[in-house]
Amino acid sequence: MSLILQDICITPKGGAPLFAPLSLTISAGQIGAVMGPSGVGKSTLLAAIAGHLPQGFALTGEINLNGARMNTTAPQSRRIGLMFQDALLFPHLSLSDNLAFGLPAQIKGKAARKAAVEQALAAAGLAGMGARDPATLSGGERARAALMRSLLAEPRAILLDEPFSKLDTALRAGIRAFAFDHIRARAIPALIVTHDASDAAAAGGPVLNLGGQAG
Amino acid sequence: MKRLITAAAFAASLASPALADWQATLDGARGQTVYWNAWGGDARTNDFIAWASAQLEAAYGVKIEQVKLTDTAEAVSRVVSEKAAGQDTGGSVDMIWINGPNFLAMKDQGLLHGPFVADLPNAKYLDLSPTSPNSVDFTTPVDGLESPWRLAKFVFTYDSARVAAPPASMAEFATWAAANPGRVTHPNPSDFMGATFLKQALIELAPDAAALQAPVTDAAFETATAPLWAWYDSLRPNLWRGGAAFPENQSVQDQLLNDGEIDISLSFDPASAAAGIAQGLLPEATRVFVPKGGSLGNVSFVAIPYNAAHIDGAKVVANFLLDPATQAHMQNIEVLGSYSVLDPAKLDDAAKAAFAALPSAPALPKLEELGATLAEPHASWMTRLAEEWAKRYTK
Amino acid sequence: MRDSLPEKTLRAAVLAFAALALFAPIAAGLWHSAGAALGHLPALGRTGPNLGPLQDVLAQPGFGTALRLTLVTGFAATLLSLSLAIALAAAITNGPARIISRILALFLAMPHAAMAVGLAFVLAPSGWIARALAPVLGWARPPDLASVNDAFGAALILGLVIKETPFLLLVILAALTQIPLRAHIHTAQSLGYGMGAIWAKVIVPQLWPLIRLPVYVVLIYNLSVIDMALILGPSNPPTAAVFIARMFSSPDLGQIMPASAGAVLLGILAVASIAALWGGARAIGRFGPIWVRRGGRGASLNSLFLGTAILSGALLLLGAAAMVSLALWSLAWRWPWPMLLPESLSFTAWASALGDFGPALHNTALIALASTAISLALAVAWLETQTPSRREALIYLPLLIPQISFLFGMNTMLLQLGAQGSIGAVIWAHVLFVLPYMMIALTGPWRGLDPRYAHAAASLGAGRLRQLWAVKLPMLLTPICAAIAIGVAVSVAQYLPTLFLGAGRIGTLTTEAVTLASSSDRRITGVVTSLQAALPFAAYVLAFIIPKLAHRNRRALEGTAG
Repeated sequence: MSLILQDICITPKGGAPLFAPLSLTISAGQIGAVMGPSGVGKSTLLAAIAGHLPQGFALTGEINLNGARMNTTAPQSRRIGLMFQDALLFPHLSLSDNLAFGLPAQIKGKAARKAAVEQALAAAGLAGMGARDPATLSGGERARAALMRSLLAEPRAILLDEPFSKLDTALRAGIRAFAFDHIRARAIPALIVTHDASDAAAAGGPVLNLGGQAG
Repeated sequence: MKRLITAAAFAASLASPALADWQATLDGARGQTVYWNAWGGDARTNDFIAWASAQLEAAYGVKIEQVKLTDTAEAVSRVVSEKAAGQDTGGSVDMIWINGPNFLAMKDQGLLHGPFVADLPNAKYLDLSPTSPNSVDFTTPVDGLESPWRLAKFVFTYDSARVAAPPASMAEFATWAAANPGRVTHPNPSDFMGATFLKQALIELAPDAAALQAPVTDAAFETATAPLWAWYDSLRPNLWRGGAAFPENQSVQDQLLNDGEIDISLSFDPASAAAGIAQGLLPEATRVFVPKGGSLGNVSFVAIPYNAAHIDGAKVVANFLLDPATQAHMQNIEVLGSYSVLDPAKLDDAAKAAFAALPSAPALPKLEELGATLAEPHASWMTRLAEEWAKRYTK
Repeated sequence: MRDSLPEKTLRAAVLAFAALALFAPIAAGLWHSAGAALGHLPALGRTGPNLGPLQDVLAQPGFGTALRLTLVTGFAATLLSLSLAIALAAAITNGPARIISRILALFLAMPHAAMAVGLAFVLAPSGWIARALAPVLGWARPPDLASVNDAFGAALILGLVIKETPFLLLVILAALTQIPLRAHIHTAQSLGYGMGAIWAKVIVPQLWPLIRLPVYVVLIYNLSVIDMALILGPSNPPTAAVFIARMFSSPDLGQIMPASAGAVLLGILAVASIAALWGGARAIGRFGPIWVRRGGRGASLNSLFLGTAILSGALLLLGAAAMVSLALWSLAWRWPWPMLLPESLSFTAWASALGDFGPALHNTALIALASTAISLALAVAWLETQTPSRREALIYLPLLIPQISFLFGMNTMLLQLGAQGSIGAVIWAHVLFVLPYMMIALTGPWRGLDPRYAHAAASLGAGRLRQLWAVKLPMLLTPICAAIAIGVAVSVAQYLPTLFLGAGRIGTLTTEAVTLASSSDRRITGVVTSLQAALPFAAYVLAFIIPKLAHRNRRALEGTAG
């Protein structure tokens, strides 16, 4: 179980590559980190790995997950979880419906699905809040809920796009520890992009600097 | 042998071969829906057509679907585009309320079915002699290609509460308007009623009214219309809005009369004043007047396009419209108030009694008050008149 | 995924369908119209090409005046409504914008023909305003004034402005959500600029690219409108579109060719007008900065803006009076000059009309629902598969060419296919005009939706359809409902397409209303126009209520209404 990025390069149409070819291997239970100032293409890199390369960009190199090439696989079939700095809970669904959205369809039966959601809520410290409108949650609650939603989908890898950058410094370490613990417990490879060195240090996996030399 | 007897009995059961044909028409018509393209601007006419549909459905299993037109030419151009597309059967127009230039256009282009009028059993109530208004439509011979259904006679309407003495002749319109500026107008001559206003004046003012019966020529037009334009030039400055704008059609002019913006309107239906009052569309004191020399009259017809999908049904409708009971219903002021096209001399006593029993109204003119009926000029005059008017007064 | 095969096939399929169903018929219509314009009409035994029809139409008395009238009324109405809409937007963005935009939706729901009939009564020398003034000014009879159908087209311009200002205002309010309005206003205010100057120098230049297309649509509409021009416009001569429509319906069949030539001419004029507007905007974009560089803080602009906002308020009041007068007429029996209210009331008009217009009501509702449903499906398919590009012009084409320029030709083509006069043909013709308006309403919100929501859903294993059904459609429920309401309103108001492609057999409330507007019975007209307005009103009310109910406990979605 590992996520291997081999000579990845992203080039806008008619422009220069965003960064030098990038290679990184993250094995199961490891959390790799990509560092760099904003605007260097970190988010584009994550989007490409998840299968959402924006229109007008070309991708070279190989994305390999658990021995399978992912480059042309449809995003919904890659089973790569994605977490953003705005938790992006669906605003039209209640908190528990958001989590149920991530739950695989293989888990059948109303009771079984409800139990799985309740369990995830409890694990995130959100027990009893399932009926809440996501817009009424605090930033920390939203971040935890979004992580649980990603994990409920049973991803084979997870990508985190500056997931803690909008949180208060006071909350930050706690939420980060919560997230990393849960990811490690699943024994899947994870990749975080961040411009905060403390995130990379806490991740404890391989670290890559993008555009660091340039500025 | 047996077959022969049956055939003989069958033949004997029918009064004439024509009636046998008519039975075939009735059989063919059963279950058909006739798309009758008729001007839809008059609610009472629309109601009458709906009534006719109900009657026909009960008696013959034929329904009428009125295709409401803002202008009869819409139906003509529809048939033209169908011909253009090669659709020579199953056309969308089954029957058209038509006369004058539209009839001439369709007849010339070979777009009409028929002759069929003589096949209609109720045609026996019509005066179909060669000079009858039923046989000549704006000087164009009808040739059995359209069947009469209502009589039109040009009249003026005025609000007698505001006007003591309306103009007695077309010539007097100019002096009347000079004394009452802005209180009279006429529809735009691109509209049928507007052109009729000019024609009525032309007949009265032309040096030789008989010349109007022949197709128009440049020379004849110049001679005949010179007095008309002189008269119109003296009238126009005193028309409503200084003669710079004109109502779109008769209905709009009636509305102006009702709103009190003008004092005189016009109509091709002598009963329209009484009908308008009853409906609350004209002032209570509205009355009818006709220029002392008489006024234009013509007959409204129905025609069947050559490619109509429901020819049998259309014939049954045309025949129904000529039924004395239908015509009496139509002439009823509470229904349509439209004068009958039937020849009173050809009616039986029951039918005569039905007409005699119709209710009256103060605004309904008596037949003798309507004066002489003037023959319509050849249809080409009307087109030419409208064109020349546009040339002179549309800048 | 974007370059995987099914995606490409899907995109190509949607594009091909749009080309075949939307573009081809219009091209064929233009081709046939152009043929007739050049004297080629085999049905009448005429073969071309020659310039006879063009010379004929130009020789028609008053045609030159008609063209001039068309340009004057078209441009005046467009520029006026645009200025008023911008001033009104500036005046209300700090205030109760949402409530006002809801009220304005009522104006959108009101079909043009109905508004025109109502306005004609309010403005006429014997109308409501004159009746209110009569006791003061001692008018025993209505004054002989051309306050409607005036030779300059002022009443027509007024009517168009009353109908188009609310449309442009709603378009502007939607576009404003795409620019950082408040931040720019606060920044400019801190530099000492007044509101008028901020809008003129900062906001409008950003706004223009976002609202350009709807403005073009309004311009073309104003240049080619028939129903409103017939009721409010000058009559001798009328505007070019009415002039041409009259020639098409002349008993002299030979007039079809010069009429087609006029229709094609009007089409060319329309394209040239768009080019002129585009060029004008370019010139302002080029030379405007010189004015901006001077740094005037624009105190005088403030009062100009305020004045315009007040003026537009007065116009909207006039439109409201028109709507009320129609409702009153539908209940009147007699309402003679100089009474301010009906002399006697009656339900006769309603009683008789409800029977008579049942089929028309049924047709109107059926056509509106079907064409809106089809258009919504097409719009979603387009927005899901196509990226913004010039190809989108394909969808807006029917709004950028005068209807009369291609409908006659399209009719000929349909006849050849044997599909004319069917309800299917009418529904399809409505889709041509409903789809682009729905696209105008949907494109911004659809493309403005944060794509990461769909990405998040995909990462959770949701396929394309589930992303659409479970995430995008519910999140976009408010703009979708608004687009549906607009679609219904556009369909209900269609006149020429219904008339031409329905062969007159498919009667709708609008064809009835225009027919009746040429008759004298304002009471029946009042009933039909009330019914005609009721359908879109109902659609707008539902479009307002449904998202409110669906999102009643969802704070993040409440603010996206409108």
